[in-house]
Amino acid sequence: MKRKTRMWSNLSAKIASIPMLITAVGVFILCVAYSIALSFTRSRYFPKFDFIGFDQYIRLWTTDRWTVSVSNLLIFGVLFIGFCLVIGFILAVLLDRNIRMEGVFRTIFLYPYALSFVVTGLIWQWMMDPALGIQNVVRNLGWESFNFAPLTSTEYAIYGVVIAAVWQGTGLIMCLMLAGLRGIDREIWKAARVDGIPLWRTYIFIIIPMIRPVIVTAVVLKAISVVRVYDLVVAQTGGGPGIATEVPAKFVIDHFTERGNVAIAMAAATMMLLPVLLLVGPWVYNEYVRRARA
Amino acid sequence: MKTSRIALLASALMCSSAFTAQAADLEVIHWWTSGGEQAAVSLLAKEFDANGKDHWRDSAIAGGEQARAVVMQRILGGDAPQAAQFNNSRQFEELAEAGMLLDLTDLAEKEKWRDVIRPKSILDPCEVDGKLYCIPINIHSDQWLWTNKAIYKEVGLPEPKNWQDVIDQADKIRAAGYIPLAVGGQGWQEDLTFDDVFMGVGGKDLWNRVYVDRDEDAARSKDMAKVFETFGKLRELTDEGSAGRNWNDTTSLVVRGKAAAQAMGDWARGEFVLAGKKAGEDYGCVPGPSESPVLTTGGDVFIFPKQSDPEIEAAQLRLASMLLDPDVQVKFNTAKGSTPVRGDVDMASADSCMQKGLALLEDDANIALPKNAILSSDTDGRIQDLVSQFWNTPSMSIEDVQNQFADILQDGS
Repeated sequence: MKRKTRMWSNLSAKIASIPMLITAVGVFILCVAYSIALSFTRSRYFPKFDFIGFDQYIRLWTTDRWTVSVSNLLIFGVLFIGFCLVIGFILAVLLDRNIRMEGVFRTIFLYPYALSFVVTGLIWQWMMDPALGIQNVVRNLGWESFNFAPLTSTEYAIYGVVIAAVWQGTGLIMCLMLAGLRGIDREIWKAARVDGIPLWRTYIFIIIPMIRPVIVTAVVLKAISVVRVYDLVVAQTGGGPGIATEVPAKFVIDHFTERGNVAIAMAAATMMLLPVLLLVGPWVYNEYVRRARA
Repeated sequence: MKTSRIALLASALMCSSAFTAQAADLEVIHWWTSGGEQAAVSLLAKEFDANGKDHWRDSAIAGGEQARAVVMQRILGGDAPQAAQFNNSRQFEELAEAGMLLDLTDLAEKEKWRDVIRPKSILDPCEVDGKLYCIPINIHSDQWLWTNKAIYKEVGLPEPKNWQDVIDQADKIRAAGYIPLAVGGQGWQEDLTFDDVFMGVGGKDLWNRVYVDRDEDAARSKDMAKVFETFGKLRELTDEGSAGRNWNDTTSLVVRGKAAAQAMGDWARGEFVLAGKKAGEDYGCVPGPSESPVLTTGGDVFIFPKQSDPEIEAAQLRLASMLLDPDVQVKFNTAKGSTPVRGDVDMASADSCMQKGLALLEDDANIALPKNAILSSDTDGRIQDLVSQFWNTPSMSIEDVQNQFADILQDGS
């Protein structure tokens, strides 16, 4: 009897979550299964179920464009998340020191986040253009040997993309961190000051551990935008020069559409899903689910 | 307040329904976005609207690859445009096989396309299982070198006749402060330049053996190595700002006298015309560049995704019919810088560059099939990736790129 009432309690909430449940099962699980199935076929534009085993995966991992894409994603992911966190935290700390016109600075730093990745990409494409951008301006000021044209070299182009992404994404991290800092009890500052702990140590050893949930949220948010980075690359470099700034998402979409090879696109998409399942899954479980239970 | 809003809504609804009843609104997706191209496409739109019944709804999407991707997505997603530009190639063959395109065979027979369109081979990619699914509207050839006459005169050099000349003259041109060869650093432009070198250095025979016959020995031959070698040497000839540059911005370097030459398809002519330059006086055009130039007969076609409304279908056929109209063919192709698909139109108004192309097209020996009409989009794209990677990675060895090239051709469809 007790169990029954528990099942019927919050009935309206349970009914309300049905659409989300259907979406989760129908859209995510079924579509993912369908995509994985297609990756074992020879489908071109249209689905075809002639299973051929792992051929598409073999071709995928022997294709330079794919391996370059994967290593780019790693470089991009580490640098982008790292810089966003560090710069975002420093900006938040500076804003938290009760400076004047805080609102103005906050707006300025957050503003790039209001721009889409496409606009960001175009802006930085111009900024990094050797004939139009920063390099040209500095050279015209008299520094003739100044070099800043990362997008023209296969070696450095991906760092050009990182710069643009960090510029766009730092503001949000700053806001999250600032909110975290504001949530810290004033008494803790007083106690640290009374104990004579230097400011930098207070931040690193006391404050950062206290805003850990904020940092986790920031990393999750940024990690999601790393895996699906596409528009920025398309707008800023088009994957070039050569294949130097290709990313997995672009590989999938290009092969899905223009190249007319759905099978290999789905194989690549499956490869993108794997690390998410293998790494992020247990981590999210550890961070949220287990803690909530404990 | 409320009533006026309802009235507004009602009148808007009435307007829109009245519109569809009278006229068919055809959305046309294309990638003609440069100045010269826009001038040409607006001619088509004006001509089509002039029939009084229909309206050309223009959807221009920059970049052929992007535009085709959008068309594919919209057709597969059930929201097909009424007409779309494609290349004369295998890009749309699966759509035709799946019965998603309007069958144009009856119209073609009525208007005798087989008799008026030349060369005959350009209708071949339109044909799937004996039916026609596209209409070619122009012939484009990729193999042209566009030069700025004033620069060559100033430096005291003759126009290059072949790729070796281009390489040999580079130092002198650079010393005078000009870019010897302007290249736009996008995958397809690098690929186009590669094909020009292929045709110019390797010749039609090698082209056919490698792409049509998929002859592995030819792909691994010394002649093919020489093609890659020559192509690799061109890297030194271009400028720092090449990365990611659009083709028309690159052409503009030649137009404005910053660069001596650019290898680009004949559509570059439209940019010179738009800038008010005269063929043969201000700018030169070298087919090939090669002493025995071979042109590919690519070009643009329109496909018409199937619609449920018979009235729209009728309008689609009206559009197809108009595109092949002799008068429209001349006007459009003169503006666009391409060659009409009809052999029976008067091209007296064509300038010297176009006349050169027309003369070459007379003889079948000078014509070859473009790569994208031979290879599937997938294989074509893999070669483009490889060429682009090679172009941007000077450390990559000729042997390595040649092996990969041969492997892709053996493996691909």
